[in-house]
Amino acid sequence: MPGGTDSTRHPAPGTERALIYTDATDMIEILQYGFMVNALAAALLAAVACGIIGVYVVVKRIVFIGGGIAHASFGGIGLGYLIGIEPVLCAIPFSIASALAIGEVSRRVKIAEDTAIGIIWAMGMALGIMFISLAPGYAPDLFSYLFGNILTVPRSDLSVMLLLDVIIIVVVCLLYKEFLAITFDEEFATVIGVPAHKLYLVLLCLIALTVVLLIRVVGVILVIALLTIPAAVSRRFTNDLKKMMLLSIFFAASFAITGLYLSYIFDLPSGSTIVLVSGIVFLISSLRSSGHSFKY
Amino acid sequence: MDINNEIIGLRNVWVCCGGVPVLEDVSLSVHQHDFLGIIGPNGGGKTTLLKVVLGLVKPDRGEVVVLGGEPVEQRKRIGYVPQHSLFDPDFPISVMDVVLTGRSGKSVFGRYTSHDRELAQGALAMVEMLPFKDRQIGRLSGGERQRVFIARALAAEPEVLLLDEPAAGVDMHIQTEFYELLERLKKEMAIVMISHDITAVSIYVDKIACLNRRLFYHNSKELTSWDIEATYQCPVELIAHGIPHRVLREH
Repeated sequence: MPGGTDSTRHPAPGTERALIYTDATDMIEILQYGFMVNALAAALLAAVACGIIGVYVVVKRIVFIGGGIAHASFGGIGLGYLIGIEPVLCAIPFSIASALAIGEVSRRVKIAEDTAIGIIWAMGMALGIMFISLAPGYAPDLFSYLFGNILTVPRSDLSVMLLLDVIIIVVVCLLYKEFLAITFDEEFATVIGVPAHKLYLVLLCLIALTVVLLIRVVGVILVIALLTIPAAVSRRFTNDLKKMMLLSIFFAASFAITGLYLSYIFDLPSGSTIVLVSGIVFLISSLRSSGHSFKY
Repeated sequence: MDINNEIIGLRNVWVCCGGVPVLEDVSLSVHQHDFLGIIGPNGGGKTTLLKVVLGLVKPDRGEVVVLGGEPVEQRKRIGYVPQHSLFDPDFPISVMDVVLTGRSGKSVFGRYTSHDRELAQGALAMVEMLPFKDRQIGRLSGGERQRVFIARALAAEPEVLLLDEPAAGVDMHIQTEFYELLERLKKEMAIVMISHDITAVSIYVDKIACLNRRLFYHNSKELTSWDIEATYQCPVELIAHGIPHRVLREH
């Protein structure tokens, strides 16, 4: 296929796809492909998780931690290849371990948190490449983990994603007021009797689960985009954390579906199209609210 | 001194940071209905002292007793008002929700009860910030924000209030209102306030201590000029604003 390494193109037959379809009937035509239905379901499931968790990542300003966990989880994917386990399932414990390491290392060893993140980020990536090079044979899906391949999401992955969504929603519902207290002012929460550090670790584990879930959709490298952009856009519309979560689920779902649709029509890689759509909407929304200088 | 109504007791506390002492041999006793001001230069260990009382910093030597127990166990009974400059003003949270976080340690899991909400409303009313309860925290002035943080501390029904530089960066006329609020509160609880503003503090507090690694305290409002000079390491001129309080004993 022209375009080489990109595994995210849908298997469309060449030239016909160059035409631009705009009819609603084409949307129905798209849905006749089973893989497109799976892709839509994956997009919606990912939107729920990154809408909720992305809000915490953005308001607590720990985007860098999200990036660190995402890249470290690549080590788990590599390990999965090496020992012959489904890579995404292997990435779950791996990313949780790296989340806990990031949360604990800076507390116990005397190094700055961002230094710890940088080290774990690079170590995870290096381990992943090492494991894959040791694995027998060729690893054909490697790029789909780096850049995502929402079009090849199997049904089994959808149920894993659904389970992770349920876990995230239940934990956030139970600990909503505690999470609000520790993200706003961790020190005060500690003093007032909230087990702030333990809950912070729980939050980091939820970020790790979300990251694993997003790997299928946009890949390790672009995870940060779906964690931050929908939350950042929704921040411009509300000052309430709960509304921000609902809005950012909505934005994440819209970005993913729009990106998916555009990637289908123009035969573009889905993960990067989703991210670019998100980024463009963010730019427009920031122009809108920077106010006076853009009024005529 | 009656040991029974002692709320905070520090005995020969030392805190070192990387081999350099931050607090040296500090002893302090705060009792019910005390309004103690702790003054001293920046970097003199004032915030560290508060963190020792709150159990956030463990002393290298010495004993700390808070409300008859360990700081870590008793600190939920302390109302803590940190320096407001440390907050992210852009955080998406309303004034009411900030105050409610003062209740977040009372029960794990689940929602705030109607009792929590009543206490938060009451605390906001006490600091005269109830009309602002739906406002985002960043859309308040420095003085208003400070009152919200006091309300948050009050919502936890504390027995002692610790304030860290509460008047820093707040306009003069707002400061006056603010100290009057503390005057009202001290009828119900002990208050310890940290400040680097000697004159403002000396007008309202009942007792003053000076801290610059070592603590100079005579369980009264009287400080000798020797104390102040030892604290600030230079002669300090005190202006009393014509208030009928004597800050300095004459020499």
